[in-house]
Amino acid sequence: MTSETTSKSPEAAAVPPPGASREKKRVPQGHRRLLTRRDRVTLAFMAGVPTVLHVALVWVTALASIALAFTTWDGIGFDSIKWVGLDNFRQLFTDNPQFWPAVEHNVIWFVVLILIPTPMGLFLAVQLDKRIRFSRVYQTAFFLPVVVSLAVTGFVWQLVYNPDTGLINSLIGANKPGHYIDWIGNPDLNLWAVLVAASWRHTGYMMILYLAGLKGVDPSLREASALDGANEWQTFKNVIFPTLRPTNTVVLVVTIIEALRAFDLVFVFNKGAQGTELLSILITNNIIGESSRIGYGSAIAVVLLVISLAVIIPYLIATFRKERRA
Amino acid sequence: MSTALMVKKRTPVRPARILLHVFLAGTALAWLAPLLWAIFAALRPYAETSNKGYVSWPDKLTFDNFTNAYQQSDMLHYFGNTLIIAVPAVLLTLLLASMVAFYVSRFDFRLNIFLLLVFTAGNLLPQQVIITPLYRLYLLIDLPGITMSGKLYDSALGLVLIHMAFQSGFCAFVLSNYMRMLPHELTEAALVDGASVWRQYWQIVLPLCKPAMAALATLLSIWIYNDFFWAIVLISTGENMPITSALNNLSGQYFTDPNLVAAGALLTAIPTLIVYFLLQRQFVSGLTLGANKG
Repeated sequence: MTSETTSKSPEAAAVPPPGASREKKRVPQGHRRLLTRRDRVTLAFMAGVPTVLHVALVWVTALASIALAFTTWDGIGFDSIKWVGLDNFRQLFTDNPQFWPAVEHNVIWFVVLILIPTPMGLFLAVQLDKRIRFSRVYQTAFFLPVVVSLAVTGFVWQLVYNPDTGLINSLIGANKPGHYIDWIGNPDLNLWAVLVAASWRHTGYMMILYLAGLKGVDPSLREASALDGANEWQTFKNVIFPTLRPTNTVVLVVTIIEALRAFDLVFVFNKGAQGTELLSILITNNIIGESSRIGYGSAIAVVLLVISLAVIIPYLIATFRKERRA
Repeated sequence: MSTALMVKKRTPVRPARILLHVFLAGTALAWLAPLLWAIFAALRPYAETSNKGYVSWPDKLTFDNFTNAYQQSDMLHYFGNTLIIAVPAVLLTLLLASMVAFYVSRFDFRLNIFLLLVFTAGNLLPQQVIITPLYRLYLLIDLPGITMSGKLYDSALGLVLIHMAFQSGFCAFVLSNYMRMLPHELTEAALVDGASVWRQYWQIVLPLCKPAMAALATLLSIWIYNDFFWAIVLISTGENMPITSALNNLSGQYFTDPNLVAAGALLTAIPTLIVYFLLQRQFVSGLTLGANKG
């Protein structure tokens, strides 16, 4: 037998943070004693390899975004990195004609998603939860847009919106000179046009999340409510909806993240031309566009990072705290 | 008494049910309309639609646009590119994520929550937050002889790595929740018998996670197949693009023919649709298993 009896806890081998080797009372003693050195190496490897990969490619780069945001760099050699303090941010907030519209569009994106497709998804979920016939057929139809890639979604909706050949203009006769409606090019229209496509997709996503939430609602609640003489709407409002609270939190977070991540659809639709600028598009244009401004692009990324973390961190802390209690 | 109540209730509900079906069927049809419109456009010859307009009765419906789009753009090559990226990415992501999940859920270590927090938060970040340094990093890493480009940039390997790093967060979260539900006695017995940690993981825990792994594999395949952004930025040679991102360039080739664009776009959607229709339950359960996915 190679079982060791040293009291050194195995996590010290995995990731060596200060204080990690302190004893923890909750660990069953037998567990640790039976771990061989090889087991510890295995564990270190099992936790270490994925962590290193994830931290290196996601968190180190996120931190690098923050660092680069305070510099200018042409990308050729490290010598050319120059510290410029808050210059990039100053320029971004005061001089960039695209920045504030982009922020506004990201906000509009979120507001539209939470006000229209989210309640719509909830409504559909409530209807489909009624042990109705063909429920799966309907679900499949509503959920289909979530499965198809956003790039394909962009092309499909281009066929609907194309000013010359699209479905809408052909139907209403707006494809002739004189009554032209340019859904894709007109900066007053294109954001709303693309938001219709985004909502089309978001509804199905929300429907699935709410359906899962509704499955978890105790059926006796519904019966009790019915016996009390509550009608369908009253039951939903006073009994069902309050129990959906955890789902609502998830839905809110998912919707905010979706609004911040919005990219593919717009990029395919019109490359983020005037009217559809988004933070994600501005960052990308600073990399693959003609003028690669690394520091400046990173400053926009920092804005996006700060907003994202402001949502992600409290949500995850609340989630994990609840889990630990459970 | 309750049956009497049920009977009483069921009779007046009927017309409402019919109304509901009418509403749902109508909405479902409206939901499918854009896709059906794309199919309709793709089935019609360009000459006919440019002559008669798009909203018109079709004289001829053919698959010519599909075959043309497929052949002209050498689509098979791009499907191949996707396969080279997606298969290793899905398998390796699941391997790494399950290892982390095993560690986090089976060994009650101090770092668990923190580690899981790092992984999950990283997965929720918008991709654009990290893209600028990532792009530079990929350009800096020289891999002569390992990738075609000699760098991590513009290589399938680079895409596999970023997919793994990004998606493992979500999978680790889902799998650790799943593994936590498995009884502790399972591995404790094995431990007493002298089974190594690796054997506990590989022979005891992993086989029990098959349902969760299947759901995640379905989800990951579709996500990675559908990825557009990473490849647009991290691949420079059009030839090396996976199919979803290549579509952007391909559509430029047959730009003047929307019917051909429609056919091309629909062709790239077919694999996801097949996976979805075959494995719908897996997909949905994966999505709701760890509903905190952006």
